[in-house]
Amino acid sequence: MIGTRGDRRWVDASRRSVYAFCALMVLSVVIIEHAFLTDDFGFEVVASHSSIETPNFYKFTAMWSSQQGSLLLWAFILGIVASVSLAATRHKLRDLVPWATAVMMGVAVFFTGLMLVGGGVNPFATLDVVPVDGSGLNPLLQHPSMIIHPPMLYIGYVSLTVPFAFAIGALISRRVDAAWVKSTRGFALIAWTFLSIGIILGSRWSYTELGWGGYWAWDPVENASIMPWLITTAYIHSIMVQEKRGMLKVWNVSLIVASFSLALLGTFLVRSGVLQSIHAFGDSTVGPYFLSLIGVVVAGSTWLIVSRLDILRSERRIDSLASREAVFLINNLLLIALCAIVFWGTFFPLISELFTGTRSTLAGPWFDRYTTPVAVVLVLFTGIGPMLSWRRISWAGAKRVFTLPLIAAGIALVLLLIFTDAAESFWALAVFTLAAFTVVALLQETWRAAAARRRGVGGSVPGSIWAVAVRNRRRYGGYTVHLGLVIVLVGIAASSSFETKRDVVLRPGESARVQDYKVTYVKPTATRNDQALIFGAWLGVDRRGEPFARLHPTRQYHQVTDGRPRGIATYFDGEATSEVGLKAGIRSDFWTSVEPSTKDIQRQAKVADARFAAYMRQVVQPAVRKNPALIGPMSEKLAEIQGLATDKIIGVYEEAGHDVPVTIRVIVSPMVTWIWIGAIIAILGALFAAWPSRTRRRPA
Amino acid sequence: MDVQRKRQVRLFVALGAALLLATGLIYTSFNASSEARQPSELTDAVPGKSYEMFGKVVKGSIEKTEDGIKFQVRDRDGGGEALPVTYSGVVPDPFREGREIVLTGTVENGVFVGERDTLVTKCPSKFSEKKNQ
Repeated sequence: MIGTRGDRRWVDASRRSVYAFCALMVLSVVIIEHAFLTDDFGFEVVASHSSIETPNFYKFTAMWSSQQGSLLLWAFILGIVASVSLAATRHKLRDLVPWATAVMMGVAVFFTGLMLVGGGVNPFATLDVVPVDGSGLNPLLQHPSMIIHPPMLYIGYVSLTVPFAFAIGALISRRVDAAWVKSTRGFALIAWTFLSIGIILGSRWSYTELGWGGYWAWDPVENASIMPWLITTAYIHSIMVQEKRGMLKVWNVSLIVASFSLALLGTFLVRSGVLQSIHAFGDSTVGPYFLSLIGVVVAGSTWLIVSRLDILRSERRIDSLASREAVFLINNLLLIALCAIVFWGTFFPLISELFTGTRSTLAGPWFDRYTTPVAVVLVLFTGIGPMLSWRRISWAGAKRVFTLPLIAAGIALVLLLIFTDAAESFWALAVFTLAAFTVVALLQETWRAAAARRRGVGGSVPGSIWAVAVRNRRRYGGYTVHLGLVIVLVGIAASSSFETKRDVVLRPGESARVQDYKVTYVKPTATRNDQALIFGAWLGVDRRGEPFARLHPTRQYHQVTDGRPRGIATYFDGEATSEVGLKAGIRSDFWTSVEPSTKDIQRQAKVADARFAAYMRQVVQPAVRKNPALIGPMSEKLAEIQGLATDKIIGVYEEAGHDVPVTIRVIVSPMVTWIWIGAIIAILGALFAAWPSRTRRRPA
Repeated sequence: MDVQRKRQVRLFVALGAALLLATGLIYTSFNASSEARQPSELTDAVPGKSYEMFGKVVKGSIEKTEDGIKFQVRDRDGGGEALPVTYSGVVPDPFREGREIVLTGTVENGVFVGERDTLVTKCPSKFSEKKNQ
């Protein structure tokens, strides 16, 4: 900040100290990861989140499954993005870079300070007594999606720090033209892309790994990630207006402040006990600190914006509603409305407690009911936006661009009404119709640009499309994102409005009918691995008489690991995870899960454990007392015997299971795969848009 | 209408819409919500009214019934009387005795009848992410 008074050396020094901070964070992460990979249980974080049996890959990723490790990850990513942003702007934006540095490092101080003084969240804390083995990683997290999901979200959250810091810098130094926006646009896109990846990975994991067959539950922590995503989406569009027309400056600084605050809120919600959520983790000590930071950020930024309102006034006004600026403004409003609805619903328990004294909660259906209309209107606007020109579109121009998409929508509507039962759900029908409008609109715009190019310089159709896209990556990347998003919404509409869900109780050999599928419970299965007992069911699925799939849903019962030898029955005290039997398809997914009946097995395990314990008391312990050297070989033998006993017991499940009914859940959801495909398209589009152009140097 | 007036109209329309949305949200949310209560607070429950009950599953109380399960729930701090609960629907993976749960339902004859598929079990360990319904 001293550098703002003109002395360059202070600014350079501050930039270098950011690089040093980054290096220190990298070193910290390397040390902790090394501890994980070498099973150094002297570190408390390693002892409580990893174990000797944990596979190496998950040892590496266990770092961020812990509170302290995730704070370190935040600081680590911050170090990297701060360094990159300062390196990229070292010759530009002289006035505001020092302030931006101060803000970014202020946030860094918060996170590192929290780790040092926050109470129990120091990643380098050691244990006085080093345990022989750790507690292990929660088995639900031992899945690729669940492991990548947190870092993706974190990169998204942390990347928002850069545009936020530069916005604050711009406000303080009163340099509120488009320069700060352009320099940080890349980070906003990166933030959006990684938030999207994190959110979609979380949904897919939920769908394919958990036993309920859904991909979104409006749980507070899910909402915590979608709120900054919505506002960042608004921000990315809104800054285009500032760049092209110098308008919406107040909107942009406000949006990025909101976005960053929501990212902090998201980080906070996941680790505080403030809301009843599946993810609420008791009472953590860091909650109040986060709230204070959010308070400071919001209050300070608001004051700054208000005091700079005079210079933030835009140079121009919106001329006409039929212009791209107006549509982007409406888009801002829609996304904010959506975010407000989610925010209200998420915090309703606290709000209601404030006003009525009792805590009341809102469940999924409420969220669905109020977010759906807004989302549907957004589908329409993702098509209209690209078609309108800046300032104002003429009546003739409007007729030219709107005609084909409207016809497409009309045709789609008619076809849907005649050939499908889509009319049973009004909103789904609306989404499909508007999706047709938007997809045709996007294709039309691309086609017209490519055709114009071909008229000028010739070339093949695909070649022209590519050439046009590469020359304007932001626009065509954006169109691709819109296309992907519309596909996602179509998938969501179809799979939520037209799914069939049934629980059936079957004995081996019995079948049940679900829609035009016949599910037969063929036989029970029981196996085990190092960590868990796995009980499942082979299901044969026929569709209209033809064999369709053989699925094997299972439930795994993981043993509690804390280094001590445990009885067999303790498999049922640890975590249980589900393996879903899923046959995905373009038109619909066939999803199954099984709930094995383990009562008999548990009873037999307890009997075996009692016999074992008696044997230990009566034979083994006296023998060992007489001859301590026997401990090693005896432990091995005992482990072997216990293994054999376990095999026998689970074998009983298969043999006796021919008469035992199990509960099987079957869900047939149309078009779920489109959600994943659409998301991939959207993310590729975002990457295409963010990729630096090679044809000319990117303007600062 | 001249441009200035047009802008004023647009502003009023936008503010009006926002007000409408806010009012709608507030009204419907208070109606659609369920009070969150622990078992000890449900002794004076209105029969038929939907509550969101949260508490800890009593050890040894989980039993399978014909179309679901039944168990007992106590307050989070372990005090108070145990509330008998019946439930049918998806049982989340982490569900077991001693864990904290959240379940929407009504009280009938002293038994808490859970709504289908609304059983949520809180993950016990500090930072793992889980979803279930």
